[in-house]
Amino acid sequence: MPLIHRKKPTEKPSTPPSEEVVHDEDSQKKPHESSKSHHKKSNGGGKWSCIDSCCWFIGCVCVTWWFLLFLYNAMPASFPQYVTERITGPLPDPPGVKLKKEGLKAKHPVVFIPGIVTGGLELWEGKQCADGLFRKRLWGGTFGEVYKRPLCWVEHMSLDNETGLDPAGIRVRAVSGLVAADYFAPGYFVWAVLIANLAHIGYEEKNMYMAAYDWRLSFQNTEVRDQTLSRMKSNIELMVSTNGGKKAVIVPHSMGVLYFLHFMKWVEAPAPLGGGGGPDWCAKYIKAVMNIGGPFLGVPKAVAGLFSAEAKDVAVARAIAPGFLDTDIFRLQTLQHVMRMTRTWDSTMSMLPKGGDTIWGGLDWSPEKGHTCCGKKQKNNETCGEAGENGVSKKSPVNYGRMISFGKEVAEAAPSEINNIDFRGAVKGQSIPNHTCRDVWTEYHDMGIAGIKAIAEYKVYTAGEAIDLLHYVAPKMMARGAAHFSYGIADDLDDTKYQDPKYWSNPLETKLPNAPEMEIYSLYGVGIPTERAYVYKLNQSPDSCIPFQIFTSAHEEDEDSCLKAGVYNVDGDETVPVLSAGYMCAKAWRGKTRFNPSGIKTYIREYNHSPPANLLEGRGTQSGAHVDIMGNFALIEDIMRVAAGGNGSDIGHDQVHSGIFEWSERIDLKL
Amino acid sequence: MSPLLRFRKLSSFSEDTINPKPKQSATVEKPKRRRSGRCSCVDSCCWLIGYLCTAWWLLLFLYHSVPVPAMLQAPESPGTRLSRDGVKAFHPVILVPGIVTGGLELWEGRPCAEGLFRKRLWGASFSEILRRPLCWLEHLSLDSETGLDPSGIRVRAVPGLVAADYFAPCYFAWAVLIENLAKIGYEGKNLHMASYDWRLSFHNTEVRDQSLSRLKSKIELMYATNGFKKVVVVPHSMGAIYFLHFLKWVETPLPDGGGGGGPGWCAKHIKSVVNIGPAFLGVPKAVSNLLSAEGKDIAYARSLAPGLLDSELLKLQTLEHLMRMSHSWDSIVSLLPKGGEAIWGDLDSHAEEGLNCIYSKRKSSQLSLSNLHKQNYSLKPVSRVKEPAKYGRIVSFGKRASELPSSQLSTLNVKELSRVDGNSNDSTSCGEFWSEYNEMSRESIVKVAENTAYTATTVLDLLRFIAPKMMRRAEAHFSHGIADDLDDPKYGHYKYWSNPLETKLPEAPEMEMYCLYGVGIPTERSYIYKLATSSGKCKSSIPFRIDGSLDGDDVCLKGGTRFADGDESVPVISAGFMCAKGWRGKTRFNPSGMDTFLREYKHKPPGSLLESRGTESGAHVDIMGNVGLIEDVLRIAAGASGQEIGGDRIYSDVMRMSERISIKL
Repeated sequence: MPLIHRKKPTEKPSTPPSEEVVHDEDSQKKPHESSKSHHKKSNGGGKWSCIDSCCWFIGCVCVTWWFLLFLYNAMPASFPQYVTERITGPLPDPPGVKLKKEGLKAKHPVVFIPGIVTGGLELWEGKQCADGLFRKRLWGGTFGEVYKRPLCWVEHMSLDNETGLDPAGIRVRAVSGLVAADYFAPGYFVWAVLIANLAHIGYEEKNMYMAAYDWRLSFQNTEVRDQTLSRMKSNIELMVSTNGGKKAVIVPHSMGVLYFLHFMKWVEAPAPLGGGGGPDWCAKYIKAVMNIGGPFLGVPKAVAGLFSAEAKDVAVARAIAPGFLDTDIFRLQTLQHVMRMTRTWDSTMSMLPKGGDTIWGGLDWSPEKGHTCCGKKQKNNETCGEAGENGVSKKSPVNYGRMISFGKEVAEAAPSEINNIDFRGAVKGQSIPNHTCRDVWTEYHDMGIAGIKAIAEYKVYTAGEAIDLLHYVAPKMMARGAAHFSYGIADDLDDTKYQDPKYWSNPLETKLPNAPEMEIYSLYGVGIPTERAYVYKLNQSPDSCIPFQIFTSAHEEDEDSCLKAGVYNVDGDETVPVLSAGYMCAKAWRGKTRFNPSGIKTYIREYNHSPPANLLEGRGTQSGAHVDIMGNFALIEDIMRVAAGGNGSDIGHDQVHSGIFEWSERIDLKL
Repeated sequence: MSPLLRFRKLSSFSEDTINPKPKQSATVEKPKRRRSGRCSCVDSCCWLIGYLCTAWWLLLFLYHSVPVPAMLQAPESPGTRLSRDGVKAFHPVILVPGIVTGGLELWEGRPCAEGLFRKRLWGASFSEILRRPLCWLEHLSLDSETGLDPSGIRVRAVPGLVAADYFAPCYFAWAVLIENLAKIGYEGKNLHMASYDWRLSFHNTEVRDQSLSRLKSKIELMYATNGFKKVVVVPHSMGAIYFLHFLKWVETPLPDGGGGGGPGWCAKHIKSVVNIGPAFLGVPKAVSNLLSAEGKDIAYARSLAPGLLDSELLKLQTLEHLMRMSHSWDSIVSLLPKGGEAIWGDLDSHAEEGLNCIYSKRKSSQLSLSNLHKQNYSLKPVSRVKEPAKYGRIVSFGKRASELPSSQLSTLNVKELSRVDGNSNDSTSCGEFWSEYNEMSRESIVKVAENTAYTATTVLDLLRFIAPKMMRRAEAHFSHGIADDLDDPKYGHYKYWSNPLETKLPEAPEMEMYCLYGVGIPTERSYIYKLATSSGKCKSSIPFRIDGSLDGDDVCLKGGTRFADGDESVPVISAGFMCAKGWRGKTRFNPSGMDTFLREYKHKPPGSLLESRGTESGAHVDIMGNVGLIEDVLRIAAGASGQEIGGDRIYSDVMRMSERISIKL
């Protein structure tokens, strides 16, 4: 166009007058033409605006999504299994199918007792903010409500600070039936695999029972508020009578193990405090108790949970993102809310370490002394074995008896170098008015600087002292807990004071029932580093609401070291140390002892952890982890054999991979 | 214009001898056209879908984020109101679901049911029906010989309150009642759903599942753990006769196959039985279900689309599959009419004589109300001429047979007929389906259908003739007669226990028996059948069907079905007769003279779409959301007696009907 314009003036001087007329006409038409073309272009450009492009993009995404969803739903149910088998080879038969071919049939009724956290809870009455949640799952479902209304959810999941029972206007109850604990979340099984395998040999609703209870309460309060123990007794009696008198096989998991210890004492105690079943109820109705991952003597993890709302997972998260959980920029106060909620739950106190220094060790000794933490890799196992054979000790042994140490140096120092300043009588002092913490009140608000310093200056705490520490830090909570639980060792088991319900869940302060034909199994995983002791530090930040935290900088890079991110690890199933799970069956209850006066047979079955080989295996069929072990094929097979009528000798007596017998010998306990 | 412009351009350029430029402009224009032409269709579709998705998401977001206006909020529920009045949970409550509403889940199945372990086969989204219908039918059927599980299949009742609170998503059964009970303090420890496998006979629920033992244990436990307060039992529909069976079972000694509770168990543990929509004397609907797998709904659907259900071309055979499945369920036989002609009438007389059958429809509009008004006006002259309907004829073949005097009907003794003949040609069946009808000869089919009518007594003979295997299996578990001497030891057999006319109520003078049901809805009472037309090639698998083309001058006869007053499923006489007369005061059926109360709830359809199923509905399942019924149940559970909630409340003719029924009391 501009070229044409330029050429026109060159033509002008040479044209005659008649041509001038033609030129005028051309000049008139050309601007019109250019204006039209310009108009067309602008129209075309405006047709696809930014909004239209967005709509187009959303349309493409939707169509693709729907197409893939259609393909997924049209896929036959066996397709994923087919793909898995093509990649990894044929899967082994599940134990249910395998034992069905062997001819095993359902015989004894089976009772499941879920542990802490895995049982579902639903809302029956709530505040205004919980509208629309009637009989919806608050715990053990999709957990969608945690994201929608987190403070409302925390409020409803908390119990009353004073009584340990329901707050006013809130009723949250356990879900009943097998659905209570078969899945913790969609796709995350707990009991579902075991239930499915038992169903293969003929079990169904009438001879399987999930003894769901509100795991937040103390054990006796589940009877006071919900009559859960009465219901369990009634159901066991019904299942035994309708199954031709065959005794029940009880399968507790995790805290359910302690709960069932409590139940066995309760059921034989006279009414109204007890169940009125009489001294031979257990002998009449129970064939075997198969404890899975049982924290008989408590777990050190509970101390960290109550002391600072932490475990190694939170400590690792804090190490990765130092400012996230501590900073108050977002005012999240996540840990404070979690601490306030969990401190209202009495049941967490049932798992504090029991037996004190006699079981868990003192300043200079512990049962697991000399334990070397092997890495999970196979090669390291060989190296560890060789080192053991050679007797070469690369490092000084870990002082596991020091459950809480303030600073890494005192965790390793000789006892004579530790200069304890007793905290028990220390005055807590004036509390700082802390403005940033007023939203979430915990009992730390009652502590002043002097109290905090007194705790840190004590430096090292053993198991018994850790209980005293919690009494000092949270007296209200521990007063409520001490009314329901006990952590000592009985001197004289025939003393009438041990008829109080608070002693019933402590295996060191209670006798097993008089049932010589009953069997007690302890089934647990080994080979996973498990929290045993912690290195703490003061949280000096003036904005902090929890003055203590795990010292994550205390870390040794050596793969064979037991100290990782401020936590000393020992052999176990990721949650329960071997000592807690296995000691009672290995020594304290073995043969006739004062804890086992009728000589009930005890067996130990350990399952060495073998992680899943690839992602397609999911959580693995040979896992030894605390919850994943419920899908361990070997464990499922053992349970099914006992449920079908076998006893300890039929499944091969003891199966031990850890040093539980060696460690038990070091514990000096009167038997 | 454009071609002219182009021509001029070319001409001017040619004069100037500048040839290359026009080509360049042409090449520039062509790619644009191609691009727009190529993308427009697909891009427009994507654009449209994206537009719709965005609009949808925006509206959904607004809907969820905007609070509900006060105008649209639900009216106050009876639980909230009674809680404010001080009504508190007192007696433990046991809910007993009826047929169909309890959920079933799969515990063991065939390979075609892979992936369905412990998934719901019944009482959830029912998506598996659409994916694998034959597999689903196979798993829901029972063994035709034993009435128990087929080999390799185990389908069990879902336990807990979730068993029957919703039948399908958003279709509540017990959920509204549970929610209102929770508002006055009920929860899992004093509220229990006694779910059972409703497909089995009542005795087999104990043989296979120990359901009765579990219910006994649960009642005793809730009695003991709730301060020794007696239990209030709330059965619904078939659950009412199931609980009658339980009341006899629990007091029968253990060696006789009972619960061993002893004669005083009911007096000790049960305060009252609040029967909702009870099918005490059976329902005529069960007859048509067993005879031809039909109800009024299917007959209506068939008249709308004649070829849909029966098409030989497609070989659908939908009804045949349903019939085979329902014939394997023993519990349907428990709902056959009981008491015979004494209760339901004979060929010439019945209890509902003089019935005025103007009813409100379930969901009526103003136009329909005006129509009813017109019908009411026009009915008067017609009724003078027309003979009254003969409800006693539960099944009639042909409309004439339903109206003729009994002397003109064919006198046919079904028992003397021979079922099978040796003609092999008749054994050819349409499609692959086989049923007990295939064993019948054409001649016997024609004979039973020729100008005949059947009463409540003779229809049992007809069923025994048509389906002898099923009836033999079922009559080992149920009985449908009237007892002559209730002290006869034969009535200790469990097959008599669920029939209120052949059993005594327990010795519990302080116990109360309530009958709560809806009235004012047309309910199926009797049927007019016809022979199914079949081609000469093969014999139809179901030779009888309801004559859907028949409509009477009044609203009592519609779609081949005669209607009476009731709650859509259970006629008033079945729900209310026992509380109105059979058990009232001291009778041979109620020797201890426990109090009985009738509470009727007049059906009022929902006023608008927003009310969904309504809060004053009298329909068989919707009544569970009836505000009046919920209030009565809550008051009884909180400790009130029948007198305190108002005693009897009657809208129907149940008292007059009961007077016409002459049985020994």
